Amino acid sequence: MNNSDKIIEISNLTKRFNDLVAVNKLNLNVYKGDVFGFLGPNGAGKSTTIRMLLTLIYPDEGNIKIFGKDLIKERLNILKKVGAIVEKPDFYGYLTAYKNLEILGRISGIEVNKNLIMKNLEIVGLANRFDSKVKTFSHGMKQRLGIAQALLHNPELIILDEPTTGLDPIGMKEIRDLIIHLSKELKKTIFLSSHLLNEVEMVANRMIIINKGTTKVEGEVKELLDKNRIYVRIDVDNAEKTLGILKLTKWSNFIRKYTNNHLEFDLESYEVPMLNKHLVENGVYVYSIIPKRSLEEYFLKITNEASDD
Amino acid sequence: MIDLIKIELYKIFKKWRTYIGFIALGILIPLIHFAMVLEGERTINFMTRNIQESFVFVGKLLNTYLISYIILTSLAVHIPFLITLVAGDLLAGEATAGTYRMLLTRPISRTKLIIVKFIAGVIYSNIIVFWLAFLSLVLGYFIFGVGELLIIDGQMIVIFEKNDVLWRFLLAYGFAALGMTTVASLAFLFSSLVENAIGPIISTMAIIIVFVILSAIQVEFFQNIKHYFFTTHIMSWRLFFDEPIDIKEILNSAGILILHIFIFFSLTLIIFNKKDILT
Repeated sequence: MNNSDKIIEISNLTKRFNDLVAVNKLNLNVYKGDVFGFLGPNGAGKSTTIRMLLTLIYPDEGNIKIFGKDLIKERLNILKKVGAIVEKPDFYGYLTAYKNLEILGRISGIEVNKNLIMKNLEIVGLANRFDSKVKTFSHGMKQRLGIAQALLHNPELIILDEPTTGLDPIGMKEIRDLIIHLSKELKKTIFLSSHLLNEVEMVANRMIIINKGTTKVEGEVKELLDKNRIYVRIDVDNAEKTLGILKLTKWSNFIRKYTNNHLEFDLESYEVPMLNKHLVENGVYVYSIIPKRSLEEYFLKITNEASDD
Repeated sequence: MIDLIKIELYKIFKKWRTYIGFIALGILIPLIHFAMVLEGERTINFMTRNIQESFVFVGKLLNTYLISYIILTSLAVHIPFLITLVAGDLLAGEATAGTYRMLLTRPISRTKLIIVKFIAGVIYSNIIVFWLAFLSLVLGYFIFGVGELLIIDGQMIVIFEKNDVLWRFLLAYGFAALGMTTVASLAFLFSSLVENAIGPIISTMAIIIVFVILSAIQVEFFQNIKHYFFTTHIMSWRLFFDEPIDIKEILNSAGILILHIFIFFSLTLIIFNKKDILT
Protein backbone atom coordinates (compact mmCIF):
# COMPACT_ATOMS: atom_id res chain seq x y z
CA MET A 1 0.00 0.00 0.00
CA ASN A 2 1.31 3.45 -0.80
CA ASN A 3 0.18 6.92 0.15
CA SER A 4 -1.90 7.39 -3.00
CA ASP A 5 -4.04 4.43 -1.96
CA LYS A 6 -4.96 6.03 1.33
CA ILE A 7 -8.62 6.93 1.41
CA ILE A 8 -8.76 7.95 5.07
CA GLU A 9 -5.75 9.13 7.01
CA ILE A 10 -6.29 10.07 10.64
CA SER A 11 -3.41 11.45 12.68
CA ASN A 12 -3.39 12.21 16.39
CA LEU A 13 -7.11 12.82 16.42
CA THR A 14 -8.34 14.06 19.79
CA LYS A 15 -11.75 15.16 20.97
CA ARG A 16 -12.70 16.20 24.48
CA PHE A 17 -16.11 16.86 25.96
CA ASN A 18 -15.28 18.90 29.04
CA ASP A 19 -13.16 16.52 31.16
CA LEU A 20 -13.99 13.43 29.12
CA VAL A 21 -11.47 12.52 26.45
CA ALA A 22 -13.69 10.76 23.93
CA VAL A 23 -10.96 10.21 21.33
CA ASN A 24 -7.33 10.36 22.30
CA LYS A 25 -4.53 10.73 19.74
CA LEU A 26 -6.13 8.25 17.37
CA ASN A 27 -4.23 7.22 14.25
CA LEU A 28 -5.52 5.04 11.47
CA ASN A 29 -5.34 4.55 7.73
CA VAL A 30 -7.95 3.13 5.42
CA TYR A 31 -6.84 2.08 1.95
CA LYS A 32 -8.69 1.97 -1.34
CA GLY A 33 -10.88 -1.11 -1.55
CA ASP A 34 -10.74 -1.85 2.16
CA VAL A 35 -13.66 -3.02 4.18
CA PHE A 36 -12.27 -1.53 7.34
CA GLY A 37 -13.72 -2.73 10.63
CA PHE A 38 -13.81 -0.02 13.27
CA LEU A 39 -14.41 -1.88 16.49
CA GLY A 40 -14.83 -1.00 20.09
CA PRO A 41 -17.22 -1.50 22.96
CA ASN A 42 -20.03 1.00 23.54
CA GLY A 43 -18.56 4.34 24.58
CA ALA A 44 -15.16 3.57 23.04
CA GLY A 45 -15.24 6.69 20.86
CA LYS A 46 -16.37 5.13 17.58
CA SER A 47 -19.31 7.43 16.91
CA THR A 48 -17.33 10.49 17.96
CA THR A 49 -14.63 9.53 15.46
CA ILE A 50 -17.20 8.97 12.73
CA ARG A 51 -18.85 12.29 13.48
CA MET A 52 -15.43 13.93 13.10
CA LEU A 53 -14.92 12.08 9.80
CA LEU A 54 -18.14 13.63 8.58
CA THR A 55 -17.56 17.11 10.10
CA LEU A 56 -20.56 16.81 12.37
CA ILE A 57 -18.22 17.61 15.23
CA TYR A 58 -14.85 19.28 15.15
CA PRO A 59 -11.64 17.77 16.54
CA ASP A 60 -9.71 19.52 19.30
CA GLU A 61 -6.42 18.25 17.93
CA GLY A 62 -5.17 16.16 15.06
CA ASN A 63 -5.85 15.95 11.39
CA ILE A 64 -8.13 14.04 9.04
CA LYS A 65 -7.39 13.57 5.37
CA ILE A 66 -9.87 11.89 3.06
CA PHE A 67 -8.90 11.15 -0.54
CA GLY A 68 -5.61 12.84 0.36
CA LYS A 69 -7.30 16.18 1.07
CA ASP A 70 -7.67 18.03 4.34
CA LEU A 71 -11.21 17.40 5.55
CA ILE A 72 -11.85 20.83 7.05
CA LYS A 73 -10.49 22.75 4.05
CA GLU A 74 -11.98 20.54 1.36
CA ARG A 75 -15.16 19.46 3.16
CA LEU A 76 -17.60 19.95 0.30
CA ASN A 77 -15.45 18.25 -2.34
CA ILE A 78 -14.82 15.33 -0.02
CA LEU A 79 -18.44 14.86 1.06
CA LYS A 80 -19.49 14.64 -2.59
CA LYS A 81 -17.69 11.30 -2.65
CA VAL A 82 -18.76 10.02 0.76
CA GLY A 83 -21.97 8.25 1.75
CA ALA A 84 -22.75 7.62 5.39
CA ILE A 85 -25.06 6.37 8.06
CA VAL A 86 -24.35 7.85 11.47
CA GLU A 87 -25.88 5.84 14.31
CA LYS A 88 -29.58 5.21 13.71
CA PRO A 89 -30.78 6.68 10.43
CA ASP A 90 -33.45 9.31 11.00
CA PHE A 91 -35.54 10.74 8.21
CA TYR A 92 -38.40 13.15 7.76
CA GLY A 93 -41.12 10.84 9.04
CA TYR A 94 -43.88 12.93 7.52
CA LEU A 95 -42.44 12.41 4.02
CA THR A 96 -42.34 9.28 1.90
CA ALA A 97 -39.20 7.19 1.39
CA TYR A 98 -39.07 8.45 -2.19
CA LYS A 99 -39.35 12.12 -1.18
CA ASN A 100 -36.70 11.72 1.53
CA LEU A 101 -34.24 10.34 -1.00
CA GLU A 102 -35.18 12.98 -3.55
CA ILE A 103 -34.53 15.77 -1.04
CA LEU A 104 -31.20 14.32 0.09
CA GLY A 105 -30.15 13.82 -3.53
CA ARG A 106 -31.02 17.38 -4.47
CA ILE A 107 -29.14 18.71 -1.43
CA SER A 108 -26.15 16.68 -2.62
CA GLY A 109 -26.32 18.54 -5.90
CA ILE A 110 -26.80 15.46 -8.04
CA GLU A 111 -29.34 15.03 -10.79
CA VAL A 112 -32.14 13.16 -9.14
CA ASN A 113 -34.59 11.19 -11.20
CA LYS A 114 -37.10 8.43 -10.56
CA ASN A 115 -34.84 5.73 -11.98
CA LEU A 116 -32.00 6.62 -9.65
CA ILE A 117 -34.19 6.66 -6.56
CA MET A 118 -36.02 3.46 -7.44
CA LYS A 119 -32.73 1.72 -8.25
CA ASN A 120 -31.38 2.53 -4.81
CA LEU A 121 -34.62 1.53 -3.14
CA GLU A 122 -34.48 -1.76 -5.01
CA ILE A 123 -30.92 -2.41 -3.81
CA VAL A 124 -32.14 -2.25 -0.21
CA GLY A 125 -35.45 -4.01 -0.90
CA LEU A 126 -37.72 -1.04 -0.30
CA ALA A 127 -38.93 -0.37 -3.83
CA ASN A 128 -42.42 -1.59 -2.97
CA ARG A 129 -42.65 0.92 -0.11
CA PHE A 130 -41.39 3.97 -2.01
CA ASP A 131 -44.65 5.82 -1.46
CA SER A 132 -45.00 5.04 2.26
CA LYS A 133 -44.30 7.68 4.84
CA VAL A 134 -41.11 6.90 6.73
CA LYS A 135 -42.90 7.20 10.08
CA THR A 136 -44.62 3.91 9.22
CA PHE A 137 -41.26 2.13 8.75
CA SER A 138 -39.77 -0.34 11.20
CA HIS A 139 -36.26 0.23 12.53
CA GLY A 140 -34.86 -2.29 10.06
CA MET A 141 -36.54 -0.55 7.14
CA LYS A 142 -35.12 2.78 8.25
CA GLN A 143 -31.67 1.18 8.42
CA ARG A 144 -32.07 -0.03 4.87
CA LEU A 145 -33.34 3.35 3.74
CA GLY A 146 -30.28 4.79 5.46
CA ILE A 147 -28.08 2.64 3.26
CA ALA A 148 -30.06 3.70 0.19
CA GLN A 149 -29.44 7.38 0.97
CA ALA A 150 -25.77 6.65 1.58
CA LEU A 151 -25.50 5.08 -1.89
CA LEU A 152 -27.64 7.64 -3.68
CA HIS A 153 -24.83 9.82 -5.05
CA ASN A 154 -22.63 6.85 -5.94
CA PRO A 155 -19.92 7.59 -3.34
CA GLU A 156 -16.44 6.12 -3.40
CA LEU A 157 -16.27 5.84 0.37
CA ILE A 158 -19.13 4.53 2.47
CA ILE A 159 -19.10 5.08 6.22
CA LEU A 160 -21.46 2.82 8.13
CA ASP A 161 -21.91 3.35 11.83
CA GLU A 162 -23.35 0.21 13.46
CA PRO A 163 -25.54 -0.56 10.42
CA THR A 164 -26.96 -3.79 11.83
CA THR A 165 -28.03 -2.41 15.19
CA GLY A 166 -31.59 -3.39 15.96
CA LEU A 167 -31.93 -5.72 12.99
CA ASP A 168 -33.12 -9.31 13.19
CA PRO A 169 -30.70 -12.06 12.08
CA ILE A 170 -32.07 -12.06 8.54
CA GLY A 171 -31.74 -8.29 8.33
CA MET A 172 -28.19 -8.50 9.67
CA LYS A 173 -27.26 -11.03 7.04
CA GLU A 174 -28.81 -8.90 4.29
CA ILE A 175 -26.73 -5.92 5.38
CA ARG A 176 -23.57 -8.04 5.51
CA ASP A 177 -24.29 -9.38 2.02
CA LEU A 178 -24.86 -5.84 0.82
CA ILE A 179 -21.54 -4.69 2.27
CA ILE A 180 -19.76 -7.58 0.53
CA HIS A 181 -21.57 -6.70 -2.72
CA LEU A 182 -20.57 -3.03 -2.43
CA SER A 183 -16.99 -3.98 -1.81
CA LYS A 184 -16.50 -6.84 -4.24
CA GLU A 185 -18.79 -5.87 -7.11
CA LEU A 186 -18.94 -2.09 -6.92
CA LYS A 187 -15.38 -1.62 -5.61
CA LYS A 188 -16.38 0.76 -2.83
CA THR A 189 -14.19 1.46 0.16
CA ILE A 190 -16.14 0.81 3.34
CA PHE A 191 -15.53 2.06 6.84
CA LEU A 192 -17.65 -0.14 9.08
CA SER A 193 -18.11 0.68 12.72
CA SER A 194 -19.39 -2.08 14.96
CA HIS A 195 -19.20 -3.50 18.44
CA LEU A 196 -19.68 -7.02 17.06
CA LEU A 197 -16.42 -8.73 16.26
CA ASN A 198 -18.16 -11.57 14.42
CA GLU A 199 -19.80 -9.11 12.09
CA VAL A 200 -16.51 -7.44 11.21
CA GLU A 201 -14.77 -10.80 10.91
CA MET A 202 -17.27 -11.85 8.26
CA VAL A 203 -16.89 -8.81 5.99
CA ALA A 204 -13.74 -6.83 6.79
CA ASN A 205 -10.18 -7.32 5.54
CA ARG A 206 -8.60 -4.84 7.97
CA MET A 207 -9.66 -3.62 11.36
CA ILE A 208 -8.86 -1.54 14.38
CA ILE A 209 -10.08 -1.96 17.92
CA ILE A 210 -10.33 1.13 20.05
CA ASN A 211 -11.26 1.64 23.66
CA LYS A 212 -11.50 4.85 25.65
CA GLY A 213 -10.61 6.68 22.48
CA THR A 214 -7.25 4.99 21.93
CA THR A 215 -6.08 2.24 19.61
CA LYS A 216 -5.81 -1.21 21.17
CA VAL A 217 -4.97 -3.20 18.08
CA GLU A 218 -4.89 -2.61 14.33
CA GLY A 219 -4.11 -4.77 11.33
CA GLU A 220 -5.28 -7.47 8.93
CA VAL A 221 -8.35 -9.28 10.24
CA LYS A 222 -6.84 -12.67 9.29
CA GLU A 223 -3.71 -11.99 11.26
CA LEU A 224 -5.42 -10.52 14.28
CA LEU A 225 -8.09 -13.16 14.62
CA ASP A 226 -6.11 -16.36 14.77
CA LYS A 227 -8.32 -18.82 12.95
CA ASN A 228 -6.67 -21.74 14.66
CA ARG A 229 -7.71 -20.65 18.11
CA ILE A 230 -11.27 -20.77 19.23
CA TYR A 231 -13.29 -19.69 22.20
CA VAL A 232 -16.01 -22.25 23.02
CA ARG A 233 -18.81 -22.54 25.48
CA ILE A 234 -19.65 -26.09 26.54
CA ASP A 235 -23.01 -26.70 28.19
CA VAL A 236 -22.88 -29.62 30.61
CA ASP A 237 -25.11 -31.25 33.21
CA ASN A 238 -22.95 -30.21 36.16
CA ALA A 239 -20.15 -27.69 35.85
CA GLU A 240 -18.68 -28.31 39.31
CA LYS A 241 -18.39 -32.04 38.68
CA THR A 242 -16.81 -31.29 35.31
CA LEU A 243 -14.30 -28.93 36.93
CA GLY A 244 -13.34 -31.73 39.28
CA ILE A 245 -12.82 -34.13 36.42
CA LEU A 246 -10.65 -31.63 34.53
CA LYS A 247 -8.77 -30.41 37.58
CA LEU A 248 -5.65 -32.47 37.16
CA THR A 249 -5.62 -32.50 33.38
CA LYS A 250 -4.13 -30.10 30.81
CA TRP A 251 -7.68 -28.93 29.97
CA SER A 252 -7.92 -26.96 33.20
CA ASN A 253 -5.39 -24.53 31.77
CA PHE A 254 -7.84 -23.58 29.02
CA ILE A 255 -10.82 -22.78 31.26
CA ARG A 256 -11.65 -19.08 31.16
CA LYS A 257 -15.00 -18.92 32.85
CA TYR A 258 -17.71 -21.18 34.30
CA THR A 259 -21.19 -21.08 35.79
CA ASN A 260 -23.53 -23.79 37.14
CA ASN A 261 -24.11 -25.43 33.80
CA HIS A 262 -21.47 -24.30 31.38
CA LEU A 263 -17.74 -23.76 31.02
CA GLU A 264 -15.85 -21.58 28.56
CA PHE A 265 -12.50 -22.57 27.03
CA ASP A 266 -9.90 -20.80 24.95
CA LEU A 267 -8.02 -23.44 22.96
CA GLU A 268 -6.81 -24.61 19.55
CA SER A 269 -9.59 -25.67 17.16
CA TYR A 270 -8.24 -29.21 16.75
CA GLU A 271 -8.44 -29.73 20.52
CA VAL A 272 -12.23 -29.26 20.71
CA PRO A 273 -13.19 -32.85 19.74
CA MET A 274 -10.48 -34.22 22.06
CA LEU A 275 -11.87 -32.22 24.97
CA ASN A 276 -15.38 -33.37 24.10
CA LYS A 277 -14.21 -37.00 23.99
CA HIS A 278 -12.47 -36.62 27.36
CA LEU A 279 -15.60 -35.20 28.96
CA VAL A 280 -17.92 -37.85 27.57
CA GLU A 281 -15.56 -40.70 28.52
CA ASN A 282 -15.53 -39.36 32.08
CA GLY A 283 -19.31 -39.38 32.36
CA VAL A 284 -20.05 -35.71 31.69
CA TYR A 285 -23.23 -35.07 29.71
CA VAL A 286 -22.29 -32.55 27.01
CA TYR A 287 -25.44 -30.80 25.75
CA SER A 288 -23.84 -28.37 23.33
CA ILE A 289 -20.56 -26.84 22.18
CA ILE A 290 -20.93 -23.24 21.03
CA PRO A 291 -18.06 -21.37 19.37
CA LYS A 292 -17.85 -17.80 20.62
CA ARG A 293 -15.79 -14.84 19.62
CA SER A 294 -17.31 -11.72 21.12
CA LEU A 295 -15.49 -8.44 21.11
CA GLU A 296 -15.54 -8.47 24.88
CA GLU A 297 -13.68 -11.79 25.00
CA TYR A 298 -11.26 -10.81 22.29
CA PHE A 299 -10.76 -7.50 23.98
CA LEU A 300 -10.03 -9.23 27.30
CA LYS A 301 -7.63 -11.52 25.50
CA ILE A 302 -5.62 -8.73 23.88
CA THR A 303 -5.64 -6.80 27.13
CA ASN A 304 -4.29 -9.87 28.95
CA GLU A 305 -1.65 -10.35 26.27
CA ALA A 306 -0.61 -6.74 26.65
CA SER A 307 -0.24 -7.11 30.41
CA ASP A 308 1.70 -10.40 29.99
CA ASP A 309 4.18 -8.51 27.79
CA MET B 1 -29.77 28.07 -3.73
CA ILE B 2 -33.32 28.48 -5.08
CA ASP B 3 -33.75 24.71 -5.27
CA LEU B 4 -32.65 24.41 -1.64
CA ILE B 5 -35.12 27.12 -0.59
CA LYS B 6 -37.87 25.24 -2.43
CA ILE B 7 -36.91 22.07 -0.55
CA GLU B 8 -37.02 23.92 2.76
CA LEU B 9 -40.40 25.44 1.99
CA TYR B 10 -41.67 22.04 0.92
CA LYS B 11 -40.56 20.61 4.29
CA ILE B 12 -42.17 23.52 6.17
CA PHE B 13 -45.46 23.18 4.37
CA LYS B 14 -45.56 19.41 4.80
CA LYS B 15 -45.65 19.84 8.57
CA TRP B 16 -48.90 20.06 10.43
CA ARG B 17 -47.63 22.77 12.79
CA THR B 18 -47.18 25.13 9.83
CA TYR B 19 -50.91 25.30 9.34
CA ILE B 20 -51.72 26.11 12.96
CA GLY B 21 -51.09 29.78 12.27
CA PHE B 22 -53.17 29.83 9.10
CA ILE B 23 -56.01 27.91 10.73
CA ALA B 24 -55.93 30.07 13.87
CA LEU B 25 -56.16 33.26 11.81
CA GLY B 26 -58.68 31.60 9.50
CA ILE B 27 -60.96 31.02 12.47
CA LEU B 28 -60.20 34.13 14.51
CA ILE B 29 -60.58 36.82 11.87
CA PRO B 30 -63.95 35.63 10.46
CA LEU B 31 -65.08 35.31 14.09
CA ILE B 32 -64.13 38.96 14.71
CA HIS B 33 -65.99 39.94 11.55
CA PHE B 34 -69.01 37.95 12.67
CA ALA B 35 -68.91 39.64 16.08
CA MET B 36 -68.69 43.02 14.39
CA VAL B 37 -71.76 42.23 12.29
CA LEU B 38 -73.64 41.65 15.51
CA GLU B 39 -72.04 44.23 17.78
CA GLY B 40 -70.22 46.62 15.44
CA GLU B 41 -72.43 49.66 15.85
CA ARG B 42 -72.40 49.29 19.62
CA THR B 43 -68.61 48.99 19.58
CA ILE B 44 -68.30 52.22 17.61
CA ASN B 45 -70.68 53.96 19.98
CA PHE B 46 -68.57 52.76 22.88
CA MET B 47 -65.36 53.93 21.21
CA THR B 48 -66.80 57.37 20.54
CA ARG B 49 -68.86 57.75 23.72
CA ASN B 50 -66.76 60.60 25.09
CA ILE B 51 -66.84 62.68 21.95
CA GLN B 52 -70.33 62.13 20.62
CA GLU B 53 -71.56 65.32 22.26
CA SER B 54 -68.89 67.38 20.51
CA PHE B 55 -68.87 65.71 17.09
CA VAL B 56 -71.39 64.45 14.65
CA PHE B 57 -70.17 61.41 12.78
CA VAL B 58 -71.44 60.98 9.27
CA GLY B 59 -70.49 58.28 6.79
CA LYS B 60 -69.81 54.60 7.24
CA LEU B 61 -67.49 54.12 10.20
CA LEU B 62 -68.05 50.37 10.52
CA ASN B 63 -66.04 49.21 7.55
CA THR B 64 -63.22 46.86 6.62
CA TYR B 65 -60.55 49.45 7.43
CA LEU B 66 -61.68 49.98 11.00
CA ILE B 67 -61.92 46.24 11.61
CA SER B 68 -58.55 45.57 9.98
CA TYR B 69 -57.00 48.27 12.16
CA ILE B 70 -58.51 46.76 15.31
CA ILE B 71 -57.32 43.27 14.28
CA LEU B 72 -53.81 44.46 13.53
CA THR B 73 -53.57 46.24 16.88
CA SER B 74 -54.91 43.35 18.94
CA LEU B 75 -52.92 40.63 17.22
CA ALA B 76 -49.54 42.34 17.29
CA VAL B 77 -48.41 40.29 20.29
CA HIS B 78 -50.14 37.10 19.22
CA ILE B 79 -48.93 36.79 15.66
CA PRO B 80 -45.31 36.37 16.87
CA PHE B 81 -46.39 33.18 18.60
CA LEU B 82 -47.56 31.79 15.27
CA ILE B 83 -44.26 32.84 13.72
CA THR B 84 -42.16 31.15 16.42
CA LEU B 85 -44.04 27.88 15.93
CA VAL B 86 -42.28 27.48 12.62
CA ALA B 87 -39.14 29.63 12.97
CA GLY B 88 -38.24 28.00 16.29
CA ASP B 89 -38.51 24.60 14.67
CA LEU B 90 -36.33 25.32 11.64
CA LEU B 91 -33.06 24.13 13.22
CA ALA B 92 -34.16 22.59 16.51
CA GLY B 93 -36.67 20.45 14.61
CA GLU B 94 -33.83 18.88 12.62
CA ALA B 95 -32.01 18.17 15.88
CA THR B 96 -35.08 16.62 17.47
CA ALA B 97 -35.76 14.45 14.44
CA GLY B 98 -32.10 13.44 14.17
CA THR B 99 -32.04 14.63 10.55
CA TYR B 100 -29.09 16.96 11.12
CA ARG B 101 -26.93 13.86 10.61
CA MET B 102 -28.39 13.28 7.16
CA LEU B 103 -28.31 16.93 6.15
CA LEU B 104 -24.86 17.87 7.35
CA THR B 105 -23.14 14.82 5.93
CA ARG B 106 -24.20 16.07 2.50
CA PRO B 107 -22.00 18.38 0.47
CA ILE B 108 -23.67 21.56 1.63
CA SER B 109 -21.98 24.18 3.78
CA ARG B 110 -23.46 25.04 7.13
CA THR B 111 -23.58 28.70 6.12
CA LYS B 112 -25.63 27.87 3.05
CA LEU B 113 -27.97 25.71 5.09
CA ILE B 114 -28.52 28.54 7.58
CA ILE B 115 -29.15 31.06 4.81
CA VAL B 116 -31.61 28.73 3.10
CA LYS B 117 -33.50 27.97 6.29
CA PHE B 118 -33.56 31.62 7.29
CA ILE B 119 -34.96 32.69 3.93
CA ALA B 120 -37.60 29.97 4.15
CA GLY B 121 -38.51 31.19 7.66
CA VAL B 122 -38.78 34.78 6.41
CA ILE B 123 -40.99 33.67 3.53
CA TYR B 124 -43.25 31.81 5.96
CA SER B 125 -43.45 34.88 8.24
CA ASN B 126 -44.38 37.09 5.32
CA ILE B 127 -47.01 34.65 4.11
CA ILE B 128 -48.59 34.68 7.59
CA VAL B 129 -48.73 38.49 7.53
CA PHE B 130 -50.14 38.37 4.02
CA TRP B 131 -52.79 35.90 5.17
CA LEU B 132 -53.67 38.24 8.04
CA ALA B 133 -53.93 41.16 5.63
CA PHE B 134 -55.92 39.18 3.10
CA LEU B 135 -58.45 37.90 5.61
CA SER B 136 -58.82 41.23 7.37
CA LEU B 137 -59.18 43.44 4.34
CA VAL B 138 -60.79 41.17 1.76
CA LEU B 139 -63.27 39.44 4.05
CA GLY B 140 -64.16 42.79 5.63
CA TYR B 141 -64.60 44.33 2.20
CA PHE B 142 -67.21 41.78 1.23
CA ILE B 143 -69.04 42.06 4.54
CA PHE B 144 -68.77 45.75 5.39
CA GLY B 145 -67.31 47.47 2.35
CA VAL B 146 -64.91 50.40 2.61
CA GLY B 147 -65.31 53.73 4.32
CA GLU B 148 -63.51 56.33 6.37
CA LEU B 149 -61.08 55.14 8.98
CA LEU B 150 -61.62 56.51 12.46
CA ILE B 151 -58.73 56.22 14.85
CA ILE B 152 -58.97 57.39 18.43
CA ASP B 153 -55.56 57.49 20.00
CA GLY B 154 -55.70 58.85 23.54
CA GLN B 155 -56.90 62.43 23.24
CA MET B 156 -56.52 62.50 19.49
CA ILE B 157 -59.06 61.65 16.82
CA VAL B 158 -57.87 61.01 13.31
CA ILE B 159 -60.24 60.38 10.45
CA PHE B 160 -58.89 59.30 7.08
CA GLU B 161 -60.91 59.54 3.94
CA LYS B 162 -61.61 56.18 2.42
CA ASN B 163 -59.39 56.87 -0.60
CA ASP B 164 -56.51 57.68 1.72
CA VAL B 165 -56.43 54.41 3.69
CA LEU B 166 -55.56 51.40 1.57
CA TRP B 167 -51.97 52.45 0.82
CA ARG B 168 -51.42 53.07 4.53
CA PHE B 169 -52.58 49.53 5.26
CA LEU B 170 -50.35 48.07 2.60
CA LEU B 171 -47.32 49.86 4.04
CA ALA B 172 -48.37 48.97 7.59
CA TYR B 173 -48.60 45.28 6.67
CA GLY B 174 -45.22 45.58 4.98
CA PHE B 175 -43.78 47.02 8.16
CA ALA B 176 -45.52 44.33 10.23
CA ALA B 177 -43.81 41.76 7.99
CA LEU B 178 -40.46 43.34 8.85
CA GLY B 179 -41.38 43.12 12.54
CA MET B 180 -42.35 39.47 12.19
CA THR B 181 -39.08 38.80 10.36
CA THR B 182 -37.32 40.16 13.44
CA VAL B 183 -39.30 37.77 15.62
CA ALA B 184 -38.50 34.92 13.23
CA SER B 185 -34.78 35.71 13.34
CA LEU B 186 -34.80 35.71 17.16
CA ALA B 187 -36.62 32.36 17.24
CA PHE B 188 -34.17 31.09 14.62
CA LEU B 189 -31.23 32.11 16.81
CA PHE B 190 -32.69 30.23 19.79
CA SER B 191 -33.40 27.32 17.47
CA SER B 192 -29.69 27.00 16.72
CA LEU B 193 -28.86 26.70 20.42
CA VAL B 194 -31.06 23.81 21.46
CA GLU B 195 -32.24 20.40 20.38
CA ASN B 196 -35.94 20.88 21.01
CA ALA B 197 -38.31 23.31 19.29
CA ILE B 198 -40.26 24.06 22.47
CA GLY B 199 -37.30 25.99 23.92
CA PRO B 200 -37.05 28.57 21.12
CA ILE B 201 -40.83 29.12 21.10
CA ILE B 202 -40.98 29.72 24.85
CA SER B 203 -37.79 31.81 24.94
CA THR B 204 -38.86 34.08 22.09
CA MET B 205 -42.32 34.59 23.51
CA ALA B 206 -40.89 35.20 26.98
CA ILE B 207 -38.64 37.96 25.62
CA ILE B 208 -41.49 39.56 23.69
CA ILE B 209 -43.84 39.46 26.68
CA VAL B 210 -41.19 40.83 29.07
CA PHE B 211 -40.32 43.67 26.68
CA VAL B 212 -43.98 44.53 26.10
CA ILE B 213 -44.67 44.57 29.85
CA LEU B 214 -41.62 46.70 30.60
CA SER B 215 -42.55 49.12 27.81
CA ALA B 216 -46.04 49.50 29.26
CA ILE B 217 -44.85 50.42 32.75
CA GLN B 218 -45.09 54.19 33.10
CA VAL B 219 -41.79 54.61 34.91
CA GLU B 220 -39.21 56.94 33.43
CA PHE B 221 -36.46 54.32 33.43
CA PHE B 222 -38.49 51.86 31.37
CA GLN B 223 -39.82 54.60 29.11
CA ASN B 224 -36.23 55.59 28.35
CA ILE B 225 -34.97 52.10 27.58
CA LYS B 226 -38.01 50.88 25.67
CA HIS B 227 -36.64 52.51 22.52
CA TYR B 228 -33.96 49.81 22.51
CA PHE B 229 -36.52 47.00 22.58
CA PHE B 230 -37.33 45.59 19.17
CA THR B 231 -40.91 45.05 20.37
CA THR B 232 -41.37 48.83 20.54
CA HIS B 233 -40.43 49.13 16.89
CA ILE B 234 -42.55 46.19 15.78
CA MET B 235 -45.53 48.38 16.67
CA SER B 236 -44.24 51.21 14.50
CA TRP B 237 -46.60 50.17 11.70
CA ARG B 238 -48.99 52.51 13.50
CA LEU B 239 -46.91 55.45 12.31
CA PHE B 240 -48.44 54.99 8.86
CA PHE B 241 -51.74 56.10 10.39
CA ASP B 242 -50.35 59.39 11.65
CA GLU B 243 -50.98 62.60 9.82
CA PRO B 244 -48.52 63.73 8.68
CA ILE B 245 -46.48 60.55 8.52
CA ASP B 246 -43.19 60.80 10.36
CA ILE B 247 -40.92 59.22 7.74
CA LYS B 248 -37.82 59.76 9.86
CA GLU B 249 -39.33 57.85 12.77
CA ILE B 250 -40.46 55.03 10.49
CA LEU B 251 -37.00 54.74 8.93
CA ASN B 252 -35.46 54.81 12.39
CA SER B 253 -37.69 51.94 13.55
CA ALA B 254 -37.10 49.99 10.35
CA GLY B 255 -33.35 50.50 10.75
CA ILE B 256 -33.44 49.22 14.33
CA LEU B 257 -35.44 46.16 13.29
CA ILE B 258 -33.06 45.44 10.41
CA LEU B 259 -30.12 45.81 12.79
CA HIS B 260 -31.74 43.29 15.14
CA ILE B 261 -32.30 40.88 12.24
CA PHE B 262 -28.68 41.27 11.18
CA ILE B 263 -27.38 40.66 14.72
CA PHE B 264 -29.65 37.66 15.36
CA PHE B 265 -28.79 36.13 11.99
CA SER B 266 -25.04 36.72 12.38
CA LEU B 267 -25.06 35.14 15.83
CA THR B 268 -26.94 32.15 14.43
CA LEU B 269 -24.34 31.77 11.69
CA ILE B 270 -21.42 31.94 14.11
CA ILE B 271 -23.00 29.56 16.64
CA PHE B 272 -24.15 27.01 14.08
CA ASN B 273 -20.85 26.95 12.23
CA LYS B 274 -19.04 26.09 15.46
CA LYS B 275 -21.66 23.74 16.83
CA ASP B 276 -20.91 20.08 17.41
CA ILE B 277 -23.82 18.00 16.16
CA LEU B 278 -24.36 15.46 18.90
CA THR B 279 -28.00 14.53 18.28
